[in-house]
Amino acid sequence: MSGPNTDYDPVEVTPLKSEEVEAMREAALAAIAGAADLDALKQVRLDHAGDRSPLALANREIGALPPQARKEAGQRVGQARGAINQALAARQVVLEAEHEERMLAEETVDVSLPTTRRPRGGRHPLTLQSELIADLFVAMGYEVAEGPVVEAEWLNFDALNLGPDHPARTMQDTFWTEPADHHVVLRTQTSPVQARTMLTRRPPIYVVCPGRVFRTDEYDATHSPMFHQVEGLVVDEGITMAHLKGTLDHFASQLFGDGITTRFRPSYFPFTEPSAEVDVKCFVCLGSGTGVDSDACRTCRGEGWIEWGGCGVVNPRVLVACGVDPEVYSGFAFGMGIDRSFMFRHNLEDLRPLFEGDVRFSSAFGTEI
Amino acid sequence: MKAPLSWILDHVDVPAGTTTDEITDRLTLTGLKLEAIESPGRDITGPLVVGRVLTMEPEPQKNGKTINWCTVDVGDANGTGEPQGIVCGAHNFAPGDLVVTVLPGGVLPGGFEIGARKTYGHLSAGMICSARELGLGEDHDGIIVLPADAGSPGEDVRPLLGLDEETIEFEINPDRAYALSIRGIAREVLVSVEGATGFRDPALRDTPAANGEGHPVVVEDAEGCPVFVARTVTGFDPTAPTPDFMVRRITAAGMRPISLAVDVTNYVMLETGRPIHGYDADKVQGALVVRRARDGERLTTLDGASRTLDPGDLVVTDDSGIIGLGGVMGGETTEISGATTSILVEAAHWDAVSMYRTGRRHKITSEAGKRNERGVDPTICEAAADRVVELLVEHGGAQAHPGVTVVGSAPAIAPVEVSGDLAARVSGMDITEERSVECLRAVGCEVTGSGTLSVIPPPWRPDLTDAQDFSEEVIRLVGYDLVPSVLPTPPSGRGLTRPQQLRRRIGRTLAGEGFVEVVTFPFIGTEDLDALGLAPDDPRRDVLRLSNPLSAEAGYMTTTLLPGVLRAAGKNVGHGTTDLAIFETGTVTLPRHSGPAAILPVDRRPTKEELAALDAALPAQPLHLAVVAAGDAVAGGWWGAARPVSWSDAVDAVRSVADALGLEVTAAAVELAPWHPGRCAELSVDGEVVGHAGEVHPKVCDAFGLPRRTVAAEVDLDLLIARAVHLRQAPAFSSYPVAKEDVALVVDDSVPAAEVEAALREGAGELLESIRLFDVYTGEQVGDGKKSLAFALRFRAADRTLKEGESAAARDAAVALAAERTGAVQRS
Ligand SMILES: [Zn+2]
Repeated sequence: MSGPNTDYDPVEVTPLKSEEVEAMREAALAAIAGAADLDALKQVRLDHAGDRSPLALANREIGALPPQARKEAGQRVGQARGAINQALAARQVVLEAEHEERMLAEETVDVSLPTTRRPRGGRHPLTLQSELIADLFVAMGYEVAEGPVVEAEWLNFDALNLGPDHPARTMQDTFWTEPADHHVVLRTQTSPVQARTMLTRRPPIYVVCPGRVFRTDEYDATHSPMFHQVEGLVVDEGITMAHLKGTLDHFASQLFGDGITTRFRPSYFPFTEPSAEVDVKCFVCLGSGTGVDSDACRTCRGEGWIEWGGCGVVNPRVLVACGVDPEVYSGFAFGMGIDRSFMFRHNLEDLRPLFEGDVRFSSAFGTEI
Repeated sequence: MKAPLSWILDHVDVPAGTTTDEITDRLTLTGLKLEAIESPGRDITGPLVVGRVLTMEPEPQKNGKTINWCTVDVGDANGTGEPQGIVCGAHNFAPGDLVVTVLPGGVLPGGFEIGARKTYGHLSAGMICSARELGLGEDHDGIIVLPADAGSPGEDVRPLLGLDEETIEFEINPDRAYALSIRGIAREVLVSVEGATGFRDPALRDTPAANGEGHPVVVEDAEGCPVFVARTVTGFDPTAPTPDFMVRRITAAGMRPISLAVDVTNYVMLETGRPIHGYDADKVQGALVVRRARDGERLTTLDGASRTLDPGDLVVTDDSGIIGLGGVMGGETTEISGATTSILVEAAHWDAVSMYRTGRRHKITSEAGKRNERGVDPTICEAAADRVVELLVEHGGAQAHPGVTVVGSAPAIAPVEVSGDLAARVSGMDITEERSVECLRAVGCEVTGSGTLSVIPPPWRPDLTDAQDFSEEVIRLVGYDLVPSVLPTPPSGRGLTRPQQLRRRIGRTLAGEGFVEVVTFPFIGTEDLDALGLAPDDPRRDVLRLSNPLSAEAGYMTTTLLPGVLRAAGKNVGHGTTDLAIFETGTVTLPRHSGPAAILPVDRRPTKEELAALDAALPAQPLHLAVVAAGDAVAGGWWGAARPVSWSDAVDAVRSVADALGLEVTAAAVELAPWHPGRCAELSVDGEVVGHAGEVHPKVCDAFGLPRRTVAAEVDLDLLIARAVHLRQAPAFSSYPVAKEDVALVVDDSVPAAEVEAALREGAGELLESIRLFDVYTGEQVGDGKKSLAFALRFRAADRTLKEGESAAARDAAVALAAERTGAVQRS
């Protein structure tokens, strides 16, 4: 490599010898090739292609040459400088690529690091279960009806054929409010919503009413003073028990899986006549009652069926109290515990986690179930 | 109702080979639901036989005990016929006695396996059993000694002790009160079990005719007591034991044997369903009179309780005064005792509603009351009394007094018109009129006519009053399992209502913001309101009280969701979840102190006015949202330091909900419990207050076990949802260049940033596209009591590029208005 040429004597410089130009060119190309990084290349550019590089100085000398030598020398120097600039550009591309590659390599992170800055939110599984059930019925053309939880005694009982001296009243351990002679209760069932619906809409009526209900049950693994019910009500011309069965079979298969049907057993509810208990075929053992290792199925306790709710044909007395003509219309109603359905659907044996507010419980179900 | 199978089968025959499961399956399908099948010998397996003690040699032991080394004849049960050597610790027997012997290989309750084992120097091959060891009671004073004629050695002892008896427990619905008796269940077996025949009605018997010689009875209230039958026995032996079969059956049915006289009345009640009351005839003074109680009258009932009676209560009196609460509970003065030799037997029919009311009023639940209030067959009083007399004579050595008193008679039952095709129309099945009539007759109805049937229900079915009631009887016998499955065709629905959709949207929004939904009970107590630090006159202290809360701490319906969510948050923190964000939506109850909710008639539709009055009588129940956050909002980690939750997170939670509804929330400082007095925002939409948010007061944090700086918000979702923007307009935006201007304004600390921003916004005029507060500075450079607010303003015109100086002019106008309104001074 040669340094800046400062000690030349222009007078003594004869026509630039081709060997000298060649040497400068070779030295420059070698320096370019040897530049290890972009900084080194920058220096090489200064040394070999800068204003004070040997070839630049040589170029200045060309003007002093005799005319016949000038052309030849000009050509020679020009070619050399061209070759050097080309080499510089090429080296620049290579080194830039290398630099970028190295830089990206240095920026490598551990992608297995945790990324969650805050816990995820979630909705309560009972909300999700209620919405899921509502959606199943909305898909059939039903609407979702609602009513207050602090309810008039008349709507919770009398209008539903539960007169003041009806023994079934004591079966539903009711929360009463003060003053007692105001006849206001915490609804013991979502049925008052059915009454309200009949009182405010004209048939055909196809509604479901999910909601909170209250009973004076001490809080334990299987009882809660507050729980959730979903009731359905249909009032239309020519409605029969067969329509009730069809609807609940469809509901069961939508909620628990294809082929899951229901079974009716005679029962008693004041607001329906005939009345039935509804059992749903166990969706785990598919009704066989047999679990793993031929033990009894845990979900249905070996019964093959799971108690699911109550239903029946709307008692004509209820239709009358709610202003529906029983000579023209008939209807059916059904009611299930949402909490209970959730418990056996999701294998929960103690209901208390539903109401304890422990985020570890709700979070486990995310935002859809 | 628990019914021993053998007792049921005393009254009806099922085809040979019918299993208990087959019977209960059928009964379940027709309406008597099986709860459980119990058998006292269920947990005993292996050889349990009659043994005759041949020899017993007492052998004193070092420990002071004496054991008996016995040889016991167990016939061929041990396979050898040789006597069995058994060590026994009891002494209440002698050679020659018959005892209960379990042989090696047997298993007693509790999984106690019996083998031959070396003990006290003998090889003891089995055990002589006490009642307790067999699970037959707590009697451990000695072993069971069987009657001398009980059986022969080697015979299976189970039938002798009733260990093989199966008792079926049914769940009896309120409309099937008749099945609270062996009589009713046997009848259900007859109509439900294929091939069942030979129903023998325990209430169908020849009874002596009424005569004038019985105990005098006057019924003053025939509506309350339509039938009163009285019989008397004398010479009763009060020491006579209750026969074993009766003790076993009463016990199996879930009642406690007391004495023969009492046991007989209970036995007949279980058998016929008719509650019976027995008086000590020698303690009854003069005629029995049935009437309603008078105000203030008192009675001490059998349970020792002194009760003040109500004019609605039916009572039985004699010359001494009131001696019983008719049909519910007898009085102390005429109670049958261990010295009673004459018994006055009462079999009376009582008005069910009166029974129900009296039972509820005096909080008495009894087997008799349960039956009387649901309705008993009024025609069987004479038969039931006669049966009691028969059993007292047979087992108590008593003599039947010839007198028979019968006052009143069972009311006639009116026929009900039932359309012959009703069962078919209700069920959707092909049920012919013929089949309907057949089913109705099977359950005891008298049916005449065709097309429209005239049906008289049997006297034991007071529940059958409406035409539709009869359809259920037909359909259950035809079989609920045969009802076809047909989907109805609803008209086109309208889907979820807008508020329903928005409520879901709110829940999803909060979950997306990292909040976890909780559900808590809406009950609170004064402690909760105190823990919130509410002022004495805070409207949230105006609560709806429950008359019968589960506990005093849960005596009110809550007016705010905060106690529930704060409690839940405290529990989570207690469980170690210290970084927390939760929310709850639910209604709160705000009393309106309006009048009572009327009990309207049920034979017609209420009027609009009546319904409106009903709703007005209920408390307001708006839907609220509450959120609580504690600990770190953003966790610390490799990305940097944690960010603790701040009051602003609570406000922003509400803003995220408002955004989801297309609403803008403004915040203004306010002092309100349970929030920090300097860190509480009153949140408004369109000028109406919708709720509050901020940092929870340190004392409240302490009260709920929460870390300081916990934040919370509560808003009325009904107000937000009512204002939600339904149709949002498509935005129009300019593609001309933006001009940015930053300003820093110094104002007094007390000036809300929102006011400064509002002034800037207004002053900047139409060209202002957006404004954002990007820095708040307090410190030396602005001086004490001052703060510097730095805003970034963006200007843009819809139709042109702004000219040089235009945005600066707008900025200056903005600053000028802010200065005028808030005293703001621009920092240079
Ligand atoms: Zn199963």
